[in-house]
Amino acid sequence: MDRVNDFAFKIATANGTGSASANGLIMQAIFRMGVPVTGKNVFPSNIQGLPTWYEIRVNKNGYTARTAQFDLMVALNAATYAKDVAEVRSGGWLLYDSSWPLDERLKRPDVTYVGVPLAEMCNASFKGVRERILMKNIAYAGALAALLDFDTEIMRALLKEKFGRKPALMDSNQKAIDLGFNYAKANFDCPLPIRLEKLDKTKDAILIDGNTAAALGCVYAGATVGAWYPITPSTSLMDAFSGFCQKYRRTADGKNRFAFIQAEDELAAIGMVIGAGWAGARAFTSTSGPGISLMNEFIGLSYYTEIPAVIFDVQRAGPSTGMPTRTQQGDIMMCAYASHGDTRHICLYPSDPREAFEFAVKAFDLAERFQTPVFVLSDLDIGMNDWMVPRLEWDDSYRPDRGKVLSAEELDSAKSFSRYLDVDGDGIPYRSLPGVHPKGAYFTRGSGHTKHATYTEDDVEYTEVLDRIDRKVQRAARFVPAPVVRKAAAATKMGIVSVGGCHAACMEALDQLAKEGVALDYMRVRGFPFGDDVRKFLESHDINFVVEQNRDGQLRNLLTLDTGFPIDRMESVRYYGGFPLSANHVVDGVKAKLEKAA
Amino acid sequence: MTFIPKPKVHHPALQKNALGLTRRDYEGAITTLCAGCGHDSVTAAVVQAFWDLSIAPHRVAKMSGIGCSSKTPAYFLRDAHGFNGVHGRMPALATGANAANGDIIYIGISGDGDSLSIGIGQMSHAIRRNVNLLYILENNGVYGLTKGQFSAAADKGSMSKKGEANPMEAIDGALLALTLGASFVARSFSGDKAQLVPILKAGLTHKGFAFVDVISPCVTFNDHEGSTKSYAYTREHNVEIVQADFVPPAAAITAEYDAGTVRNVMMHDGSWVRLRKVAEDYDPTDRDRAYAYIRDAQSKGEIVTGLLYIDEGSQDMHGHAGTTAEPLTALPYESLCPGNNELQKLQQRFR
Repeated sequence: MDRVNDFAFKIATANGTGSASANGLIMQAIFRMGVPVTGKNVFPSNIQGLPTWYEIRVNKNGYTARTAQFDLMVALNAATYAKDVAEVRSGGWLLYDSSWPLDERLKRPDVTYVGVPLAEMCNASFKGVRERILMKNIAYAGALAALLDFDTEIMRALLKEKFGRKPALMDSNQKAIDLGFNYAKANFDCPLPIRLEKLDKTKDAILIDGNTAAALGCVYAGATVGAWYPITPSTSLMDAFSGFCQKYRRTADGKNRFAFIQAEDELAAIGMVIGAGWAGARAFTSTSGPGISLMNEFIGLSYYTEIPAVIFDVQRAGPSTGMPTRTQQGDIMMCAYASHGDTRHICLYPSDPREAFEFAVKAFDLAERFQTPVFVLSDLDIGMNDWMVPRLEWDDSYRPDRGKVLSAEELDSAKSFSRYLDVDGDGIPYRSLPGVHPKGAYFTRGSGHTKHATYTEDDVEYTEVLDRIDRKVQRAARFVPAPVVRKAAAATKMGIVSVGGCHAACMEALDQLAKEGVALDYMRVRGFPFGDDVRKFLESHDINFVVEQNRDGQLRNLLTLDTGFPIDRMESVRYYGGFPLSANHVVDGVKAKLEKAA
Repeated sequence: MTFIPKPKVHHPALQKNALGLTRRDYEGAITTLCAGCGHDSVTAAVVQAFWDLSIAPHRVAKMSGIGCSSKTPAYFLRDAHGFNGVHGRMPALATGANAANGDIIYIGISGDGDSLSIGIGQMSHAIRRNVNLLYILENNGVYGLTKGQFSAAADKGSMSKKGEANPMEAIDGALLALTLGASFVARSFSGDKAQLVPILKAGLTHKGFAFVDVISPCVTFNDHEGSTKSYAYTREHNVEIVQADFVPPAAAITAEYDAGTVRNVMMHDGSWVRLRKVAEDYDPTDRDRAYAYIRDAQSKGEIVTGLLYIDEGSQDMHGHAGTTAEPLTALPYESLCPGNNELQKLQQRFR
């Protein structure tokens, strides 16, 4: 059976051997052929030597979730042979380096073997150990190009774009591609039944990772101060911010319209962000769960003293150090209520890089409007993998919402200024920035304070401020991005509720379940506190399956805590092993719950 | 609590500075510290220094952490923004604020608990970044608010109020600052306003991190016999080695002192700090020898005070970061956003 533009393959190599550039080339070539494609990089917490995999899914219908079964395995790492061959679907293919005999551990009766002497060919054609290793990886891209029927002109063009200024590299890469390509053509029946065919489904799309997109959002939002401490998987967000700033934020005389501070730890990073926010800059940090744990004290200060701050949490598998290079949604609870005492924070949950871009901008507007910390909860899968998303658009008429900041003129003409007074009845006080006007002076303190920003230990004065802050944050429920709702084709009393990076798997699962006669409505929450529309969706269904990637059903708990909706009307469907969610996790989870109920 | 009645109406004869302000205009709320607290004397010196320099109070940002010392920004410059943050983390707040708006004059008030225990990391890194900030460490060797535990600055062998000797070595903030590459290091005594005020003025004018360790006795928990941070002990063992005089911009430098013992250092704003060496063999521009000198004196039981080290040639954080002369907070949004055309162009990279 031919499977045109609908298959998945996986490449198993060792970390640090240059496979990333081969895999990137393969992804981009498929994308340029107009065929929807996703890549998941499954990498170790290591610099060189440990096993690493790259999974590519090609799907003409645009399903982009991870799939756990592969039609073709490129098995180039002896350390993982047994594991890798087990992931090939029955009737699938396995490409191996036939410079050596087929390893016993790779043998399976229901798999077809494609042996390409990658090492032998590259050793004969290239000099130097490093080049031979690197080109071996480019050569498998060539073999795949023949086996899967890539457009070789597109590959050639891509190499030219990448190495146009380095002709020697261009030549050796093209030579390696040709080696693999010609060998496969000469020795196998090319293409295989799983193959590509040009489509027209990617022309308005880009391939981008969420960290890069979020960093662009920060640049476009006008953020000027970024402070951080390196941590996987958030590091590339700050790297990208720094890179874009160097491109777009340099004056003619080489001065920087940004400050980029690598802090001594996460405590200092968030402190710098709060200091900068207090002084009037749009400031942010990017981190992951362990960083948020460290930032908790300062987050409470930001909440209680009402200073805007934007925090990107690119979630990874916890608790503790956990699995730094695996994905999870384990910080939903922590971020919603971070820090001691009564706190509650605005959270935004992007589902892909495009939303990471949009929500980054939104986060700064909300942080300044509501004078409070705002979390953007991405995850490793969104942040570090390349996703196919519609092109990013920017509305040039956008102007930052700086919130209620008093100018020198306003302060000058004001009768008086009280920093924490609810003048407008919306729970949001006016703020003044240091250095602007003597009348704006006040004492910012994390200790008990009155609405006039003076110290207090009086119960009534203290409670008045704390209650107003609660009203203020509750009001933000109307301003966070509304949930995305998709109704089933037929009326149903069952729904799926999900969040963030679960979206792609849920969309695919909904279609599959519908085919099997299980009709489900769908809601993806995008912001916290939850608004009325979230509660309405829950109430209009007898059963809500809450799909998320953590052990404890954190979203389900949060829905009950925040909306009061009874927890027993929500069934939890969870996967938290560290890989991106697959549709079968959702389908199997929902079906298991339904069988149990029946 | 000290109660100092302050008349609302200023005496017409009060002296005014270049801005037409009196010292009263540089004061703040009434102190809530214990009567006789060294910190209140530091506050008075701070008021004097700002007044002398004719700095508009609202152009100052007062940063502090947690502890007795960190309360004092409420007691000076009522027309300035103050930020009483979290324990040991003032340097991060000051760093961020300074990054956003480097046009403001930053003063940070900390204590020995805030700086040398919980906040030693942040203080160290603010020094390393050379954040443009006058950092005053009000050093009493003891945790006052929690009733008398030794701090990391307590000297080995110093006695607590309960009669226990401190068994561990002290962390000396000034020596630490020197080894970390601080561009301005001074030590003074809260009881010596004549010495402290010129140091604070020099520190405020210095472009970079100005570290001032001020021995500031805790009258309630650390002013007894056997303590090495008491008024009596400090008076007895204090040895001034460098006197600093502050000379405003454009004022004539007159040769009052013997040549060879006076060194004039020009500050970034054109003012001068005149360093008069009291100890003949001391050089306040030689970091290594300054360190050795202070250590030697310590071994003889002497507390060396004065402007111990100065380097006016160093770059501050903004210099390292290459930021615009205009503060980041003043940049118009239009100069920060590349616009949709650029975004579309850029995305060719992602195809």
